Amino acid sequence: MWRRIIALMQKEFLALFKDKRSRFIIIIPPLVQLLVFSYAATYDLNQIPFAVFNEDPGLASRQMLARFTGSPSFQLVGELDHEGQIAPLVDAKQVLMVLHFEPHFSRDLQPGRATELQLIVDGRNSNTASILVGYVRNIVIAFNDDWAEAHGRLDSPARLNVRAWFNANFESRWFIVPGIVGLLTLVVSVLVTALSVAREREAGTFDQLLITPLRPLEILIGKVLPGFIIGAVEATFIIIVAVTWFHIPLRGSLPALYVGLFLFLLSAIGVGLMISSIAVTQQQGLLGAFLFLVPAVILSGFATPIANMPELVQQLTLLNPLRYFLLILRGVFLEGDSLTLLWPQYWPMAIIGLVTLVSAGWFFRHRLN
Amino acid sequence: MKQIAANRPRHGLRLMRLNGLMRKEFLQILRDPSSVGIAFLLPLVLLLIFGYGVSLDARHVPLAIVVEQATPQTAGFTAGFEHSEYFAPQQFVDISAAEHALRKGQVDGIIWLRHDFSQKLLAGESPDIGVFVNGVDANTGRIIDGYLHGVWSNWLEQLSVSRGRETASMVELEQRIWFNPGLRSRDFLVPGLIAVIMTLIGALLTSLVVAREWERGTMEALMVTPVHVAEILLGKFLPYFLLGMGGLLFSVSMAVWLFAVPLRGSLWVLLMTSALFLFTALGMGLFISTIARNQFVAGQVAIVVTFLPAFILSGFIFDINSMPAAVQWLTHIVPARYYVSILQTVFLAGDIWPVILYNALALLLMGSFFLVLVRWRTRKRLQ
Repeated sequence: MWRRIIALMQKEFLALFKDKRSRFIIIIPPLVQLLVFSYAATYDLNQIPFAVFNEDPGLASRQMLARFTGSPSFQLVGELDHEGQIAPLVDAKQVLMVLHFEPHFSRDLQPGRATELQLIVDGRNSNTASILVGYVRNIVIAFNDDWAEAHGRLDSPARLNVRAWFNANFESRWFIVPGIVGLLTLVVSVLVTALSVAREREAGTFDQLLITPLRPLEILIGKVLPGFIIGAVEATFIIIVAVTWFHIPLRGSLPALYVGLFLFLLSAIGVGLMISSIAVTQQQGLLGAFLFLVPAVILSGFATPIANMPELVQQLTLLNPLRYFLLILRGVFLEGDSLTLLWPQYWPMAIIGLVTLVSAGWFFRHRLN
Repeated sequence: MKQIAANRPRHGLRLMRLNGLMRKEFLQILRDPSSVGIAFLLPLVLLLIFGYGVSLDARHVPLAIVVEQATPQTAGFTAGFEHSEYFAPQQFVDISAAEHALRKGQVDGIIWLRHDFSQKLLAGESPDIGVFVNGVDANTGRIIDGYLHGVWSNWLEQLSVSRGRETASMVELEQRIWFNPGLRSRDFLVPGLIAVIMTLIGALLTSLVVAREWERGTMEALMVTPVHVAEILLGKFLPYFLLGMGGLLFSVSMAVWLFAVPLRGSLWVLLMTSALFLFTALGMGLFISTIARNQFVAGQVAIVVTFLPAFILSGFIFDINSMPAAVQWLTHIVPARYYVSILQTVFLAGDIWPVILYNALALLLMGSFFLVLVRWRTRKRLQ
């Protein structure tokens, strides 16, 4: 039995690696994506271009402004002299925000009164806008604290000590890069398998395969293993890059991570093969892969939290293998999770893998017209 | 008819031949429903998922509140969290249980009031309030941190009012978010998504279709007919252009009527710039297929060089200015970057010509570049 499976696997690997372009496509793009996306996919803002419209002759506004110009997050690109200049600048995307100090800014900063700092933000990308407002608010809070202290008015009735667990500086990259391990592994393993049966169907060789002495189970194993090996190798490589190049802490146990990877690959390949065994042409296979991949990535918690989704959509994410694997990745990388703590993430992936693989095997035979 | 055609110079477009090619292409589209699927089903699924499923606005964050000794003072402090729509507080009596819950992901943060909180507060000794936030999801962590400070400053204000003191003088931030005052993430995600959808239709679909002809050998068959290369290309180009514009109208209608995204600019600007982008995307698709010549490779390349960059490098979700310089430079060769900029402006801000013209020009240049490249590559293959 194993000899036949190995022969089939050899054929599968040849189909994938014989062609120079196809070989290139399996190896190079994931690496390029890993690097580009790890650097590009961040919610941290740097060098936000902003302009200031300062009508206040006083000292306080200049002190406040110095906090912005001194921060690497902001970059002053223009000083305005009248209000009419604000709109064209924001409209044309020259600046992302404008700070406006009114004439009485410094004068109003007196005991018993409050002064106002006006902030105008380009809301076209509302996510960037809300992060930006958060940054500005932090600067204002720090300014207020220092100002109160300098004027001997430190009478805060209590102190708030905020500490972030697992990711003390709220670094986006620590969150995104472990996610990319899951993302790329999913894309590669689904794409490799989603076209494997469809390609043979289109070429007519799948019927030939079915009349060979190979049993459906053997065909299934022969089709699963190549995707499995490719996925595992690529995932390992990405994990190594994440740790050595991006310095993401790997705090948990590797066995816990690899049990997760094993089950995840099983479920991803199951889905890929199921799509492939239903599709008649490669284009249909690719469309199917897409219809699965895109929602799977978006509804996995990769970029936006599942907890923010509507209840119904949250239920839907329970069918998504990437959801569980992301929890495992981030759990092992950042939180230092062990095997036992991750049990709730393991078994759903095992079930998804089992169901999809069994139905793929069934479709192998029952899709013959 | 045949005779008239023979009298004319061989190059130059023939409407009849072009019609024939386009008819064949349309038949092929109709026969394999997956083309129509990519043009209409995919936009539908994507728009529904993004419109309803994706939100960066955290609400009802589960929060553990540990009160070691309940007093009127602690109740006054925790009330702020109970009344906030941002938090869903749960009471705990000891910190280790709360830490366990944080570790298991049941709560995203902990507020810890120690047993001497009230005593110190009344004595004016400034007690420490411990706050732990789960920082794994950095963005959410930061949002929670912001909400916490909001509740905190409300509490401070109430406390000083109740103590009969005037509020400490402070700088208050008055923010005005232009174009999207409610910060509805749907309003920027849906227009950006149209760029992703148009990339899919333009680049992925076209590259697959042409690669299929190469793979099956029907392209060579086409080339030995009297049909001119330009006609073959145009015969491919026009049907998918129409399909793409259909997908666009469909997506825009969904955006405006289903998701109530404001369309502040004019429709014709939107249509013109979209046509321009589609021109670029189709050019890329044709180019990929002439290089790849097999569907597996073409599909993979299309995903890697068009779809994923449209997602991540276009400014659709992640801010381009904040990327490292090398990556920022790279975004300039992603057509979706220009289109996303146009879309977000036309939908949310209006017809702002400096933005539209600059980006439209960039698209025109890229589109022409790809088309010339395709024309050149295809001719070379004939020799």
